[in-house]
Amino acid sequence: MAKGLTWTIDDADHMTQAEIYGEVLTKLGYEYKNLVALTADLAGSTKIGRFQKDFPDRFFNVGIAEMNLFGMASGMAASGLLPVVSTFAAFAALRCAEHVRTDVCYQKRNVKIIATHSGTSFGQAGTTHHCTEDLAVMRAMAGMTVIAPADAYETARAVVAAMEWDGPVYIRIGRSFEPPLHKSMDSFDFEIGKAIKLREGTDITVIATGRTVPGAVEAAEMAANEGLSVKVLDLHTIKPIDVEAIMEAVMETRRIITVEDHNVYSGMGSAVADVIAASGKGCVLKKLGLQDEFSIVGYPDDLLHYYKMDADGIVEAIGQVMKMDFEADEDWEDEI
Amino acid sequence: MELGDLVRMARQIRRDIVTITHVAGSGHPGGSLSSADFVTALYFHKLRHRPEDPHWEGRDRVIFSKGHVAPVLYAALARSGYFPVADLNGLRRLGSHLQGHPCTCTPGVEVGTGSLGQGLSVAVGMAMAAKLDGRPNLFYCVNGDGELQEGQIWEALMAAGHYRLDNLLTFIDYNNLQIDGEVEKVMGVAPLADKLRAFRWEVVGVDGHDMSALVAALDAFPRNDGKPTAIIGRTVKGKGVSFMENIAGWHGKAPNDEQYAQAMRELADPEV
Repeated sequence: MAKGLTWTIDDADHMTQAEIYGEVLTKLGYEYKNLVALTADLAGSTKIGRFQKDFPDRFFNVGIAEMNLFGMASGMAASGLLPVVSTFAAFAALRCAEHVRTDVCYQKRNVKIIATHSGTSFGQAGTTHHCTEDLAVMRAMAGMTVIAPADAYETARAVVAAMEWDGPVYIRIGRSFEPPLHKSMDSFDFEIGKAIKLREGTDITVIATGRTVPGAVEAAEMAANEGLSVKVLDLHTIKPIDVEAIMEAVMETRRIITVEDHNVYSGMGSAVADVIAASGKGCVLKKLGLQDEFSIVGYPDDLLHYYKMDADGIVEAIGQVMKMDFEADEDWEDEI
Repeated sequence: MELGDLVRMARQIRRDIVTITHVAGSGHPGGSLSSADFVTALYFHKLRHRPEDPHWEGRDRVIFSKGHVAPVLYAALARSGYFPVADLNGLRRLGSHLQGHPCTCTPGVEVGTGSLGQGLSVAVGMAMAAKLDGRPNLFYCVNGDGELQEGQIWEALMAAGHYRLDNLLTFIDYNNLQIDGEVEKVMGVAPLADKLRAFRWEVVGVDGHDMSALVAALDAFPRNDGKPTAIIGRTVKGKGVSFMENIAGWHGKAPNDEQYAQAMRELADPEV
């Protein structure tokens, strides 16, 4: 069993990230007596309501009042409780940005935010219910840890890890069912701040996060059939970022594509760009995601395809980046 | 503290407010002066706290949801012994722990506030946590009347009533002035008591400058009746300094040298 786990949930092959989150949180309720769960009329939608069945006294549905939701969570954390707050990402990161900043991060309150329906995963609900800005907002909060798990098993591990993590944590998960990336809850190492190396490669690296990771793996396999060696990193933690893993990719492949269900401005790709720029090492970076535009409506999978965040789109991007000729830069070897 | 001592302490705190905003060259004297009597009654009569041990678990909590009245809070904390009175002179200066709005970096400050409307929710969360754990701590919030225009306040009021938080009291500093003028002209909050009662709160109306009335209102709390308590204090913005009284312009402005001298004369203790 993986480090730190005393139990696993291994029937998650057919569960959404949110469903497994509800199950895991309930199990954690038995381990952490100070754990309280809060939501704003989204007990069912976010699956945090599962906790209520076992712990009705430690569950608070504050009604459709998100600002008060975060204020109350802050007050509870100040009083020694361990509040876990769930609502849609759009409400957590946008409506309540100031509450997360002032009530939670600024005052170092140990509040865990599990935001569901992130990115375009709430496809058919439309743009007001998508959230393609939350990574940017949360990255900018001093002291905030930001995680985007790739599948239900990773979500389970992230929620477990967040309980032991000192300080506020933002975990963004989707609404839709994503094909499981991992075989089981303990079939991989999960550590906050450490990317998971899914595939080795020497030609190009695809760094993906959240629900775009399975597509990145598929794209790597497709590219392998074309004779390309594609490294794949699952960058589940956007902050603190895994500098070592990113720099390894820079040195090994010199070509990086990032994929995120988010605006390419100030999201995961930008975080990777920060690391590359600070290193002084040369590297091509192409960022896949929403190109500074508002999302359109459609099925979640169709939106991944439309925005070129699925395997097809990533393969296309791989082709583009591989065509770029920077062998002409004869000084490269020296710069390394 | 005896009633006469409380009145004298309130005058001292008013002198502190005027002095430190003068020294800082900026700050919010108006609302600090209007809430000074309540804050004095709270800190020097009612509150269970240990200034020498600010993290004592048995303490009651005070949350200044109207965080801009930091000067009255800092004066009360310093006069209670949380930190040296001399620290007050550092207000708003580089290196000081006294920010323009409350910060938990100051001993005795429970919650960092300043963005109006946020503090009451935090107080509700704290009061709820105490109920959950069966702890007897009491929770005091200070709200402004203009602040009630913030939608979040009504979310918090609703929640406190819903969760029957009778361990929570808020003082509403009803001075009827906000930055841009009279509250009732900018965006009226009346009839306030009716609104609060409709949100399942126990409402007590007092003259916010009558120390004995404030003491009596605080002594009636907690009622253990399943309802949070709101004390609506009818107050005068800038109370105690003649040229500041009922002038919205003194919301966030510091007195100059001449004004400071006059204010201190008006706030001097009477000859015995």
